[in-house]
Amino acid sequence: MIRIKCPYCGERDHSEFTYGGDASINYPSLDASEAEWTEAIFFRKNIKGFQKETWHHLNGCRMWLEVERSTITHEIKSVKPCHPDLQKLMELKK
Amino acid sequence: MSSKRIDNFGKINRDKIISFSWEKKNYFGYEGDTLASALLANNIKIVGRSFKYHRPRGIMSCGVEESGALVTLGSFEKRDPNVRATSQELYQGLEASGQNAFPNVNFDFGEINNYLSRFFAAGFYYKTFMGLPPFEWGSGTSIWMFFEKIIRKAAGMGKLSRLPDPDSYEHAHDFCDILIVGSGPAGIAAAKEAADKKLDVILVEQDSVLGGDQIAEKEFDTNKTLQELKDLGVRIMNRTTAFGLYDNCVIGLIERITDHIYYDKKDIPRQRFWTIRAKHIIVGSGSLERHIAFNNNDIPGVMTVNAAKHYLNRYGVLTGKDIVIATNNDSVYNTADLLSQAGAKVIILDSRKEIKLDNFNNNIQVKFETVPYSINGSRKIKSIDIADANHQPYSKIDSISCDQVLISGGWSPAVHLLSHRGVKAKWNAENLCFLPGDTKENITMIGSARGIWNKSDCIKSGIAGALDAMNHMGLSKTNYFFPKEGGWSNPIQPLYEVKYNKSRSKSFVDYQHDVTADDVRLAHREGFISVEHLKRYTTLGMANDQGKMGNIIGLSLMADLLDKDIPEVGTTVFRPPYTPVSIGALAGRNVGKHFRPLRVTPMHKWNLDHGAIMIDVGLYQRPWYFPKNNETLSESYIRETTTVRKSVGVCDVTSLGKIAIQGPDATEFINRVYSNAFAKLPIGKTRYGIMLRDDGIVMDDGTSWRLSENEYLMTTSTAQAGKVMSWLEELLQTRWTDLKVNVTSVSEQWAAAAISGPRSRDVIKNCLENPSLIENKNLPFMGFVSANLKDGTPCRIVRISFSGELGYEIYIGSDYANSMMDLIWKEVQNYNGCLYGLEALGALRVEKGHVTGAELDGRVTIEDAGLGKMASTKKSYIGSAMRTRGSLSANKDREQLVGFFPVDKKETFDAGTIVCEKNKIKGSGIGRITSVTHSPELGHWIGIGFVQGGKEKWHNTTLIGSDPVRNKQMELEVVSPHMIDPEGKRMHA
Ligand SMILES: [Zn+2]
Repeated sequence: MIRIKCPYCGERDHSEFTYGGDASINYPSLDASEAEWTEAIFFRKNIKGFQKETWHHLNGCRMWLEVERSTITHEIKSVKPCHPDLQKLMELKK
Repeated sequence: MSSKRIDNFGKINRDKIISFSWEKKNYFGYEGDTLASALLANNIKIVGRSFKYHRPRGIMSCGVEESGALVTLGSFEKRDPNVRATSQELYQGLEASGQNAFPNVNFDFGEINNYLSRFFAAGFYYKTFMGLPPFEWGSGTSIWMFFEKIIRKAAGMGKLSRLPDPDSYEHAHDFCDILIVGSGPAGIAAAKEAADKKLDVILVEQDSVLGGDQIAEKEFDTNKTLQELKDLGVRIMNRTTAFGLYDNCVIGLIERITDHIYYDKKDIPRQRFWTIRAKHIIVGSGSLERHIAFNNNDIPGVMTVNAAKHYLNRYGVLTGKDIVIATNNDSVYNTADLLSQAGAKVIILDSRKEIKLDNFNNNIQVKFETVPYSINGSRKIKSIDIADANHQPYSKIDSISCDQVLISGGWSPAVHLLSHRGVKAKWNAENLCFLPGDTKENITMIGSARGIWNKSDCIKSGIAGALDAMNHMGLSKTNYFFPKEGGWSNPIQPLYEVKYNKSRSKSFVDYQHDVTADDVRLAHREGFISVEHLKRYTTLGMANDQGKMGNIIGLSLMADLLDKDIPEVGTTVFRPPYTPVSIGALAGRNVGKHFRPLRVTPMHKWNLDHGAIMIDVGLYQRPWYFPKNNETLSESYIRETTTVRKSVGVCDVTSLGKIAIQGPDATEFINRVYSNAFAKLPIGKTRYGIMLRDDGIVMDDGTSWRLSENEYLMTTSTAQAGKVMSWLEELLQTRWTDLKVNVTSVSEQWAAAAISGPRSRDVIKNCLENPSLIENKNLPFMGFVSANLKDGTPCRIVRISFSGELGYEIYIGSDYANSMMDLIWKEVQNYNGCLYGLEALGALRVEKGHVTGAELDGRVTIEDAGLGKMASTKKSYIGSAMRTRGSLSANKDREQLVGFFPVDKKETFDAGTIVCEKNKIKGSGIGRITSVTHSPELGHWIGIGFVQGGKEKWHNTTLIGSDPVRNKQMELEVVSPHMIDPEGKRMHA
């Protein structure tokens, strides 16, 4: 079982979270072209190693988190809130 | 074999006699016995029949690796098959019987398979189910299916009771600093070292008492060890198996709580399934003694050498009188001494040339350079033929009469838990075993699980393991070293198979699945040479012992055939569980009503009290219909539907998702999320909206109400409520982080009832303090107001319609749901109205052509659903760029929402019916019916669904509805989905 250190709740079982998706995607603006959206939605790298992904602390604080996880070992290098303001807030809390 | 209990040996409590039954006969044992030791003490030789050939099998080990003594405990609903007699503690009244035999293990008709064995060689099932070569004759025919049933019935060992499990089970969770698996010398040393440093330590032992292999030492006192560990604060979990090791040092344990006693009350669970999160795991899981493949190496009386030592020193049972020990290593000599002291005549066959040993009893005859060749006997051992180890092909040089053959072909460290982590074991040519591979995780292997054979080195490795763990945890930086693996005085010599030089040999590699050395050779001949293919083709290592004893012999045989070394052939990966886990323990308390969480609305009891029959909708239970005077479902919903259209009905709609959207950017947010315009929604108005996914497909629909300048209440479908909430949070937290908006789920806070029908306004008027609030001019269609019920309770009333009739929904604080329902119901009755459930709700909406989850199934675009005009072209929103993307817009023949009538108005149909063109009834057709109902208003069955090209293309053509599941066909007419009041006059009334 993967254990994720939620910056707000602490270390929890992955069963409290739901997997979001690729956190490295910069979603285009809503009026962007079909081509740009196609690129953002359908094309994914198949990374062997560390990748940035989003996880939602669904059964916890409901924060969306950016997690750096190894696709080989499940090792987690970093966890931070996706929202920049929450990131700042969490750093202040430390 | 003649085994018996003897004095002056063993640690059982001879003051406490325990009676038990075996094959319906009563026997006695002592406290401290296992079922296996008690059977041996009673000289019971045959305890089971083998899987394929039904050969008699005896007790072959003293632990979880047992292949012979798989028995069935208990009867009726308590029947528990495939229990290893070697790890089952004896208790008063235990009932056990052999399995895989008819009528019993001593006389089994199935033994005929032993003489038909050439038909049951490796790959038998695969070949059988493919039909007879060369043309796969019979495959798939009904006669073949009939034989398949018989073959399947013959396969498998014990039989389940097929009755509900009467026992209860529990799930539990815990945390600790260091969890140690195994309480052998290494595990105990590690536990003491770590506990001494004030760490929180859990020590897990699958046996009933601590000690591991030391239990078979006369001097070892398990109670004293237990007390020492307890005094140090070690948390001890005996009768507990670490069955699987997972990421982040999460370990799964099964604690057996009542399996060792007779207990039929339900207040204590039978087993507890633990999930423990440790900071570090130390594995001292020991090692397993291997056997050697030679002819008839499975005759009752064959056992591992170390097992005989345990039976003698732990249970006081001498397992044979004339014992032959066959080995290739040093580990047997101490046992040989003990057996000799206990009165047995012992002869050792050692394949090695000569060895040096200190303190070995010279009275025991050792035949060096000698190997076991074939056992004579079928139900018991009569003698063993031996061969010259250096003369190949092997042949019989002599015969020794004996009643027991003990085998030690070397030792395999139990690397299973580390293998669960994907760590490959490394072959060690010096000690002829797989050693644990390296891992970066916080896992340390100690003791003989690390390939360390002697006790003092095991203890050192335990201490080193604890120090290693503390260094890993950052608590210390101590220097330590692990003793080198191995530790015998003389090297072990490879000896895996003594090949029999006659045909029809039965030289077993995997006892449990009756896999022989010849099966491995057959697999090789037929091309199944990769380890994973070998395993699946022969089923080697696939029985419930997962190849604990036989895997390495199988690998060595394949290595030989391929002329490679064992590590080049590979090793199979061990997967959890280490030993079988009962399904009941996995389920825990999540059974019956607790199989999944149940959600009920605040008026659940009110609904039941008023005659509701409930239906599961996701996790919710919602009223399905409200039968009157023994009405059927059909009679009830047709009456309810008719009543709503004629007068008025009330329905619990609380399960809809409700989300509060607040903040200065709430309008901007909601306008980006919905496909239709929301920017100019006036305060006090509500609007139906559709949400798309990024890829332009419809996600969900619902209404949103503008409560104030910066505040909205959004409703979602019941099914998508959670998903929409997560989606809004994702957008706000990951994409639109500049928007100042907060979303809160208020689904549980608000209860809601729909009041529908021409008299609904009259009903609500009578329920309000100020009835004029809902006059048509004050509350037009798609408006909402805040009001007080007659009793003063504040509520919100929205004028929307799912039924197509004049309709309202009243939202009220959940705690007031029941009093609101009482009030409304009283008024509804005054107009001869009714309560209606989900079935009528469905009928009403199908008549109107309103879509729900059955239609919006994740494949449908907004155009497909006939709602294209709700896709704004004046703004950008989620999915706007993609909803017309090439692949969606290029296909002019996409399935469109339509209505269906049966041509013959007496005909019925079901959801799931495939729509086809006449004479082209095949495949997935050109469409499908998604929702159906009888329409009381139209007087016949109607449906909505999808058809390629939509109504325009087909409205003059008769299509065919094909329902292959129900073997039904009917002619269909394609109509508009809006079958009743298409102009919407009624709801605007
Ligand atoms: Zn959290």
